[in-house]
Amino acid sequence: MAIGMDNVFGVHEAALRLRAERTQLLANNIANADTPGFKARDIDFSAALKSATDAGTGAESIKTTNAKHMGLEGSMGAALASDFMMFRTPQQASLDGNTVETHIEQAAFSRNAMEYQATLKFFEGKSKSLISAFKGE
Amino acid sequence: MAIFDVFNIAGSAMNAQTIRLNTVASNMANADSVSGSPEETYRARHAVFSAMMNEVGNAQTGGGVKVEGIIESEAEPLVRYEPNHPLADAQGRVYSPSISTVEEMSNMISASRTYQNNVEVFNTSKQLLLRTLNIGSN
Repeated sequence: MAIGMDNVFGVHEAALRLRAERTQLLANNIANADTPGFKARDIDFSAALKSATDAGTGAESIKTTNAKHMGLEGSMGAALASDFMMFRTPQQASLDGNTVETHIEQAAFSRNAMEYQATLKFFEGKSKSLISAFKGE
Repeated sequence: MAIFDVFNIAGSAMNAQTIRLNTVASNMANADSVSGSPEETYRARHAVFSAMMNEVGNAQTGGGVKVEGIIESEAEPLVRYEPNHPLADAQGRVYSPSISTVEEMSNMISASRTYQNNVEVFNTSKQLLLRTLNIGSN
C-alpha cells in the first residue's frame, strides 16, 4: 500500500490554500470598491495550481546538498499565489481610476466560495476513508 | 492563513463605510445650518479612502481600506439677504453651506450598498472557515 501520509490529500491541499488566498484577494477588491485609483486583482488559478503541484512532484523542487537541508517534499504549493497575480481589465473603467466592478467581483467571489466548498468535500471524503481505514471496521 | 485576513479586510471596509455614512449624516443634518459669517459656516465633509497593503507576511496581497482622513469642502458658502434673521451680519446677510442633498443621498446609498456587500463577504468567509474547521469531525 502506497498511501504516503503527506500526500494523502493530493492536489486538494494546494487547491484549498490557493482558493483561500483568492478569497482574500477578491474580498480586498470588494472592500476597495470605492477607493480612488484602486486596481482590482485576481490570480490565474489554473496556472497557480499547476505550478503548485509541479513543485510538489519534484519538477521544480529545491536541490538539497546536505542532509539537514529541507526539501519541498510534502509541502505542495510552495509556489505563491502572488506570482500569478494579475490586474483585472475593466469593462467600464470609472473616472477616479478604480477598476473594481462590484458585480463581477461578487460573481467571482461566490464562485470561488462554492469551489472552496467543493474542495472541502474532497477533504472530508479523504479524511473519512482514512478514519475508516484506521478503525478497520 | 489567508481566510482569516478576510475578516480584517471586510472589517476595515465596513469601518470605512461607516465613517463615510457618518460624514453624510453630518452633512445632511447641517444642510440648513446658517451662520453670520463665511468662516463660521459649516462645510461639507468627505472621507478619503486609500487601499491598505498587508503588513504581515506576503506584502503583495491587499489588507483592506484605510480612511486617510476627512476633508472639508472648499465650496464657498451660499449668501442670502435676510435682515430679519437673528444671525444676520451688519449687512443683513446670512451664510449657509453649499451642500447638495442629492449628492449626499447618492453618497449614502453607495456607502450602504458597499457596506452590505462587505457583510456578505464576511458571512461567506465565516461559513467557509467553520466548515474548514469541521474537516474530519464527522
